[in-house]
Amino acid sequence: MSRPLPVVATFVVDEERAGFGAPLEAPPPRSLDAAERAALAIFGLGCLSLVVQLAGASIAGTWPGLLSGLPLAALGLGLYFRASFRAAPPGIRHDDVARRGISSRGVTAWVLGVVLTGFYTVLYWFPSHLERATALVDPLALALSGRPADGWFLYGFLYTLAVSVFGVRAAMKYRHNRYQLARTASVVFFQLGFAFLLPQLLKGLRRPELYLTYFWPLKYDALFPSSVKALWQTPGGLGMFMVVWGAVATFVATPVLTYFYGKRWYCSWVCGCGGLAETAGDAFRQLSNKSDRAWTIERWTIHGVLVLIVVTTALLWLAPGELSNTLARSYGFWIGALFSGVIGVGFYPLLGSRVWCRFGCPMAAILGLLQRTVSRFRITTNGGQCMSCGNCSTFCEMGIDVRAYAQRGEDIVRASCVGCGVCAAVCPRGVLRLESGPAKAPVPPVTLL
Amino acid sequence: MHVVVVGNGIAGVTAALAVRRLQPTWQVTLVSGESTHHYSRPALMYLFMGHMRYQDLKPYPDALWQEQRITLRRAWVTRLDLEGRRLELAEGAPIAWDRLLLATGSRPNLFGWPGQELPGVQGLYDLGDLARLGENVRGATRAVVVGGGLIGIELAEMLHSRGLHVTLLARERSYWDNVLPPEESALVTRLVRAAGFDLRLETELKEVVAGPDGRAAAVVTSRGERLDCSVVGLTAGVRPNVELARGTTLAVGRGLLVDRSLRTNVPDVFAAGDCAELVRPGERNLVQQVWYTGKQQGECVGRVIAGEACEHEPGIWFNSAKLLDLEYQTYGTVLPSPQPGETRLWWERPDGHGEIGLRLVVRDGAVTGFNALGLRLRHRVCERWIQERASPLHVLAHLEDAHFDPELFRRHEAEIVPTLLAQLDLTRSAA
Repeated sequence: MSRPLPVVATFVVDEERAGFGAPLEAPPPRSLDAAERAALAIFGLGCLSLVVQLAGASIAGTWPGLLSGLPLAALGLGLYFRASFRAAPPGIRHDDVARRGISSRGVTAWVLGVVLTGFYTVLYWFPSHLERATALVDPLALALSGRPADGWFLYGFLYTLAVSVFGVRAAMKYRHNRYQLARTASVVFFQLGFAFLLPQLLKGLRRPELYLTYFWPLKYDALFPSSVKALWQTPGGLGMFMVVWGAVATFVATPVLTYFYGKRWYCSWVCGCGGLAETAGDAFRQLSNKSDRAWTIERWTIHGVLVLIVVTTALLWLAPGELSNTLARSYGFWIGALFSGVIGVGFYPLLGSRVWCRFGCPMAAILGLLQRTVSRFRITTNGGQCMSCGNCSTFCEMGIDVRAYAQRGEDIVRASCVGCGVCAAVCPRGVLRLESGPAKAPVPPVTLL
Repeated sequence: MHVVVVGNGIAGVTAALAVRRLQPTWQVTLVSGESTHHYSRPALMYLFMGHMRYQDLKPYPDALWQEQRITLRRAWVTRLDLEGRRLELAEGAPIAWDRLLLATGSRPNLFGWPGQELPGVQGLYDLGDLARLGENVRGATRAVVVGGGLIGIELAEMLHSRGLHVTLLARERSYWDNVLPPEESALVTRLVRAAGFDLRLETELKEVVAGPDGRAAAVVTSRGERLDCSVVGLTAGVRPNVELARGTTLAVGRGLLVDRSLRTNVPDVFAAGDCAELVRPGERNLVQQVWYTGKQQGECVGRVIAGEACEHEPGIWFNSAKLLDLEYQTYGTVLPSPQPGETRLWWERPDGHGEIGLRLVVRDGAVTGFNALGLRLRHRVCERWIQERASPLHVLAHLEDAHFDPELFRRHEAEIVPTLLAQLDLTRSAA
């Protein structure tokens, strides 16, 4: 008859009730080094200059005024990122991501979400309130486009600045990963060059404002009869070029590039929505919902939006009239502005950086269908090395449960995968690899669940 | 038929899922005192450092257990009543079994150091340890970690992330050289030091000294040095957790002794995972204490419990780990020191913020083992090469087939291949 053993543990942790996962409180405050302090001082001064100018200082609207504001703040922030990542141990550090308010839907995140959403609302529907802010960037607008700034120029300026300075953050965070560095450089380049500078310069040359990296159906009116006709009739040929370029991009380049590389060629290397998501949105990627329910919803909504834009465009050509115009206007408001803009970016700190991309973007829907059916792109898993830690799923911005595939040794071929490569970067056991090469014979899953 | 599994680690849950898959009508119960749901133990360090939340550590959604009709019992087992065929629990009614699987995992080694029971001193194995660590690091500035292996370096990293100064005591001459060959071990040793850890090699713990508050205040090493600290981590290896077998007729060696089908000496009682010791006639007994072998053993014992025939085949050894920011992978047999008849090839270079390296072990004209530090190799390719007894020339000629680093990463084959070929030639001409 054996004697009863004492209870083995002195801690009985009911993780379900206690929401186990925070064995510690917020981290102790870290002391800053000289480089970080200097950088943050510059950032602070830039913000101060901005506020003072918005309040009516006389340098508002001049070049010194412009440069001493947000650009100075961005410089300071960029320098801070450089210094702070260097001060940390090498590697991708996600220390305290699950505890800091900003990255876990806490106080700062909520406030930021409200402010961002509010800003987008004002920008789209009450732009007159932004007159003072718009005037601050007049010097740049005049230099590039020959015209004073409007709300959209201000928006483009802010967007591009954000992608650039948070591009520095991403480059520092992933500095040991060449794929991430190349991809970050790519999105910054396309945003700065093709989504901001080129259209403005063309405007200055009295040419149509061409956005070469946006085409139908993301740029939903690109194939509307009104836009096509206007462009086609623009003297100089550039308009005609844009129509052809857009058509080729949508109907030729897209399937071909997607066959070879998967949708990542666009979604995480070129597109501006993706550019902001991968840079400014990187700190929020873990907020994406990984549940099966979210996956079901996303498939309904994204294909729904695709159907909507296809039908709208078709009707505009084949049966123009009251209905088609209403559809076009509604789509522009609800999808183009509210979903894509306001919710898409405003909700970064609450739902992650890819809400539009995952639940709404019709371009993503098309690319995703191609990726899942004909593309060579997949993420391969490395045999039996996966120990189910969960880093891959946690940091997937598209809400893919990468671990479920990895722990079965199964290739990942998902319509929503944008090929950002972060899952492979954060995997501590070298289990994942993005592949575009000729498909090898698939390895059968090693276990059934 | 009621199958009861004690322990919801990877071995236990894999077995439970296998039984359910093969026997849809049987009752299956998973008992654990540590947690309600299965979670990834290797990921505990990420939970501590705040990389992920607890729910992110769970490999399966909570709903799965209900869907699979596997009952989860959250309770510590206090006694194994083999005659009565039931488990006595710390709380709640006993559980009767028809078939029992013990998958109780490991316990951190304790070697009777004076002061090892003091508050502030602990091992690192389960969620309870993590909670305890969270309490112990509050207000702490200095820690000593005893034991220079994988858990030791992970604990050091965890403590460092809280701003503590960490001294690592390792009894080996070079870091983890009881597993790593000299060049790999030297590389890792440099890495540990460069990261700012105070690494004391050939140094062991002698005793832990209490302070006026009765908590750990310092350690005394085998070299007679006194190191002030308020946190002491004991990471000198693990042993199979066979507590439940005490006082029963279960045969125990280091672990619960089982045959190739993971049966213990007691009918209808099985063991798998870290806690099991495989008896293999003609070979040494085997205790396997990693994740993937837990999975393999779990799958095998699940089938046996469900009535199928299965013999656990360890297969070609593999493992992986991450030491600070350096990834380590191993395939096949790479012992710390050269064996008679072996040729050992080694390549290394500085890379990024550290160094990377590759080892090939050759025996009787075939490649028998790989070590990779800081570069990723394809598991199935290396495994196939070893299985098919590929020659080193073949492996080097096809080395790019094993390349698994992300795209755009620097390729090293152009350097590795000539270097290793030259080493092969040298050994040939020397022979």
